[in-house]
Amino acid sequence: MIPGEFEYHAASSVDDAIKLLSEHEDAKILAGGHSLLPMMKLRFAEPAHLIDINGLSELKGIELDGDTIRIGAMTTENELIASDILQQHCPLIVDVAKLIADPQVRNKGTIGGDVAHGDPGNDHPALMLVLDAQFVIKGPDGERVQEANGFFLGTYWTTLEEGELMTEIRLPAFKAGTGYGYNKLKRKTGDFATAASPVVLTLDGDTCSDIRIGLTNAGPMAFRAEAAEDLLRGQVITEALIEQAAEQVMAACEPAEDLRGDAEYKTHMAAEMVRRSIRDALARARS
Amino acid sequence: MATPADEMNRQDALEGVGCSRKRKEDPRFVQGKGNYVDDIKMSGMLFADMVRSPFAHARIKSINKEKALALPGVHAVLTADDLKPLNLHWMPTLAGDVQAVLADEKVHFQYQEVAVVIADDRYIAADAIDLVEVEYEPLPVLVDAHKAMDPDAPILREDLVGKMDGKHSKRVHNNHIFHWEAGDKDPTDRVFDEAEVTVEQQMYYHRVHPSPLETCGCVASFDKVNGHLTVYITSQAPHVVRTVVSLLSGIPESKIRIVSPDIGGGFGNKVGIYPGYVNAIVASIVLGRPVKWVEDRMEHLSTTAFARDYHMTGELAADKDGRIKALRVKVLADHGAFDACADPSKFPAGLFHICTGSYDVPVAHVQVDGVYTNKAPGGVAYRCSFRVTEAVYVIERTLDVLAQKLGIDKAEIRRRNFVKPEQFPYDTALGWQLDSGDYHTALDKVLKAVDYDGLRKEQAEKRAQGELMGIGLVTFTEIVGAGPSRTCDILGIGMFDSAEIRVHPTGSVMARMGTITQGQGHQTTYAQIIATELGIPSEQIQIEEGDTDTAPYGLGTYGSRSTPVGGAATAVAARKIRAKAQKIAAHLLEVSEDDLEWDVDRFKVKGVPGQEKTMKEVAWAAYNNVPEGMEPGLEAVDYYDPPNFTYPFGTYLCVVDIDKYTGQTHVRRFYALDDCGTRINPMIIDGQIHGGLNEGYAVAMGQELPYDEEGNALGNTFMDYFIPTFVETPKWETDYTVTPSPHHPLGAKGVAESPHVGSIPCFTAAVVDAFSHLGITHMDMPHNAYRVWKQIHQLGLDKRG
Amino acid sequence: MAKQHISFKLNGQQVDVLAEPRELLVHTIREQLGQTGTHIGCDTSHCGVCTVDLNGDSVKACTILAVQANGGDVLTVEGMADAAGLHVIQQAFIDEHGLQCGFCTPGMLIRAYRFLQENPDPTDDEIRAGMSGNLCRCTGYQNIIKAVKSAAQKLQQA
Repeated sequence: MIPGEFEYHAASSVDDAIKLLSEHEDAKILAGGHSLLPMMKLRFAEPAHLIDINGLSELKGIELDGDTIRIGAMTTENELIASDILQQHCPLIVDVAKLIADPQVRNKGTIGGDVAHGDPGNDHPALMLVLDAQFVIKGPDGERVQEANGFFLGTYWTTLEEGELMTEIRLPAFKAGTGYGYNKLKRKTGDFATAASPVVLTLDGDTCSDIRIGLTNAGPMAFRAEAAEDLLRGQVITEALIEQAAEQVMAACEPAEDLRGDAEYKTHMAAEMVRRSIRDALARARS
Repeated sequence: MATPADEMNRQDALEGVGCSRKRKEDPRFVQGKGNYVDDIKMSGMLFADMVRSPFAHARIKSINKEKALALPGVHAVLTADDLKPLNLHWMPTLAGDVQAVLADEKVHFQYQEVAVVIADDRYIAADAIDLVEVEYEPLPVLVDAHKAMDPDAPILREDLVGKMDGKHSKRVHNNHIFHWEAGDKDPTDRVFDEAEVTVEQQMYYHRVHPSPLETCGCVASFDKVNGHLTVYITSQAPHVVRTVVSLLSGIPESKIRIVSPDIGGGFGNKVGIYPGYVNAIVASIVLGRPVKWVEDRMEHLSTTAFARDYHMTGELAADKDGRIKALRVKVLADHGAFDACADPSKFPAGLFHICTGSYDVPVAHVQVDGVYTNKAPGGVAYRCSFRVTEAVYVIERTLDVLAQKLGIDKAEIRRRNFVKPEQFPYDTALGWQLDSGDYHTALDKVLKAVDYDGLRKEQAEKRAQGELMGIGLVTFTEIVGAGPSRTCDILGIGMFDSAEIRVHPTGSVMARMGTITQGQGHQTTYAQIIATELGIPSEQIQIEEGDTDTAPYGLGTYGSRSTPVGGAATAVAARKIRAKAQKIAAHLLEVSEDDLEWDVDRFKVKGVPGQEKTMKEVAWAAYNNVPEGMEPGLEAVDYYDPPNFTYPFGTYLCVVDIDKYTGQTHVRRFYALDDCGTRINPMIIDGQIHGGLNEGYAVAMGQELPYDEEGNALGNTFMDYFIPTFVETPKWETDYTVTPSPHHPLGAKGVAESPHVGSIPCFTAAVVDAFSHLGITHMDMPHNAYRVWKQIHQLGLDKRG
Repeated sequence: MAKQHISFKLNGQQVDVLAEPRELLVHTIREQLGQTGTHIGCDTSHCGVCTVDLNGDSVKACTILAVQANGGDVLTVEGMADAAGLHVIQQAFIDEHGLQCGFCTPGMLIRAYRFLQENPDPTDDEIRAGMSGNLCRCTGYQNIIKAVKSAAQKLQQA
């Protein structure tokens, strides 16, 4: 219940945060704090330094820049939900945010924290993969832009280096007629997903011109069910085809077993969430 | 001239029995001015925190306190060795066993208390426990109760080796705690041998935990100057705590004050005496300063009184019309490492033998064997009425199995077997006397309200389409109000309860009871009882509980005993006052007592309108104008020893729709009809029902505290332990009938545990019923999506064409 | 680590405390500032009995460092009533029997307060979702929903 001792630094700017990260070994960023502080209270994490980036207004804000949506990494889940830009140009991220945690936690949990933490149970990583998101990352050597595809390496393991800070998430705005869906099976409100799947697709007449299928908590990290996508891309998506895709999804899953279920259950549920998200996406694309 | 309308107004003004008046305790709670244990701050107060074992079974090789003691702000680190000179390293449990206060040379369950650290504040204490170095030598672990009595099972309780005379029976193995029976074995066996039909069903009532939102804790303060010990404590039985603490410490009860302040939920979790309390008391005595101990949620779920863990086999013998001829039940009870069950001392399996239920069962036999395992101690908790949750579960489930075997509708088979109204009071085959009941009326009312026939038709249609819809029906009889002292005692103290009432000169009232509310609304309901008995508005009646310095001795609040026992004491004490008041009124009116009749709030001279004295007027007179030979004052005490338990009952019906692709169960409807006899405050009753149903939903549909093979406690945080939020919780529909208890002064029976006792088998019945057309007779809890899906998948119901 | 000076508004009053960086806001409020209405019920940020209003947002004070409240505006249950009496929401909880043991109640009230600002005319389902960060063991939630609904209606009429 009580965290261990640490030194506290309130960063005055992004550059200051990066400087503090490089100056102090064993330092962690304090963003929303609702993944980090619970771990510290159980003493699973005992960083010697905490660098608070909550005061940095340059990490806030949602903008539409041509066809690209730019989201400050410190944008909270509730801010994502409330955003007119996102409701109009990327409603999938709003649907995902609504199913994360509970109302209070959503006032503090940030999209940057959710993405960078590397927890396979977090909801945004799979979403970032299907949206072809880009992450703006700043470090001691300057700024780089990293594709979501390739960012997630394993459980609690991303390409974020020591001393780097994610500052912005960039998503392409939805084109008209984009179909999308998010289905999350959970034991109760506030729980991580037993399995979840974001799906985005576009139709050309009746044919699916492109489809992305993401899986949350179905493996050591978020991933796209690429074999399933390949099966559906360029086809008219029928129930029979969805069933075949579901088989491909199951083949790609390697979920951790826990009290939510064993591997068999979670694998089947991953497939079921995919089925439902595909159906939702088709319904939206056709309307 | 007084009219019926006047009388109605006077009645209404009392806000007495039957009135859904708002609660008197609410104003302080809504302003955040409750006074819970962790809110208490005393000058010089220190904090205690526990060092706990990571192993389920291990020898302690060494404990090194040096580093912890060196941390600034740490005052003491105590281990069993420090408690030995005081003979406090072990303490007696309520079940006749002993429990380690601090682990003595070995640990018996994961998270068991090994050392206690006392520090200036909780932050330093948290740091200090990390600095205590304990060396363990792991031992083989026993977590499967079925293996506890194997010849090669690990020996757990080395302190009991060779002691084969247990508290309740001979022990046949070192891991055996007791063997207990009720009923008639040979006649029962004969009926089974000759019966037209028999069914047998194994079922596991899984280990869960009451988990009130406030964890356990205390502030112990020993005053060295006057040798007086005060303990503020989360306890549902403060007087029992005082007696036990006196016996353990040698301090006389007259110098011990136990205070149960506001308690944030009990549900049976706060009855037992936990090592944390004893450690805080010892630390306070040793250091001469107040010591606070408040556990966190993980400690709470891992170590305090769990509930259930009963492996049961239910058998019914019947004729081909489904009429029960005999009941036979065998139970293997997993009590964890110490038998710390809070049962009346003569009943190691509590009131389990109420398991003949609402039915006319001619002959029955029950046997229970308790065993030790490397798990947290306990078993009786969580709104269970002393194992009645388990009893009702076994009879309701087994009866459904019988119904399915014979193809008889589940409502009809109950109707055929109900004890009939004219049979009350009814002596059951296992030794209880049901006081009153009308099961047929309750059942008919519910079936009509939900259109039962319509639901069964809908179910048939849905089944034809391959959909899973289930209807669960439970008709339970509860047993509460422990209890008559000839059979019921806690550590030898009879389970009476008490009320002390004093009417002040200006007509307001102060009353104290031996029970203790944890949210049930006693400050309101007891006032309502007194209001109706004495004709004084409940608004002017102050109720206090929980301070052993002022409250008369009581056994506390659990097992729904407050209304049946405390409420009875309250009514009887109030009637003593009214009897005295009548004499005073007669004296004031210059008539004989027999010339007076009582009318709502006043004594009237029969046949002489206008000649009357209100209770308020009598109260004033009691202090200055009483008849010759009578002492002044207007107060009374009653210690009520109930002649019997009370037997509330109910009919619950649940409709579920199961998603066959995920295993999720949607509770479409839950209809709960309860009969608790006289209803004191219908609003509060409904609140209790909602709460009990919600806790039942949690138990049936998701809560569990499993252990892995190494004895690691799993699911012991709110991440995993299923506490439903607003979103998951179904809507509750409540209804009632009123069949008063003939032996209770108010006819009231108590109600708060009925919804928990009755709803859990009802949810199970509904889920099983969704599959019963496919031959499924039983599914063990919890019915979370994962487990239900496993059943679906095994039956191939989620195959897609 | 050395204590830091933290200053914020608590229920409209300026307060100053010294706190270690690791001190949780809920402990500051309860122990240093003596406002014990806000409670602690778990260790994993689930139960919500620690809910306070920080800078216009409902947050779980057990998962906020005291230093994060520096310069902020905190509202707890003790700040809901005023000289005129109980807040409409507090009275609604009493009227609808929306509490029993009272332990979850302060968090419920403070969350309901902010929730009704966010959604002044909610449906029952919206109340369920909006309050889903607050657990209760005693009431089964049904009467709390009635209380919030009733409060919503009264606040709209005002």
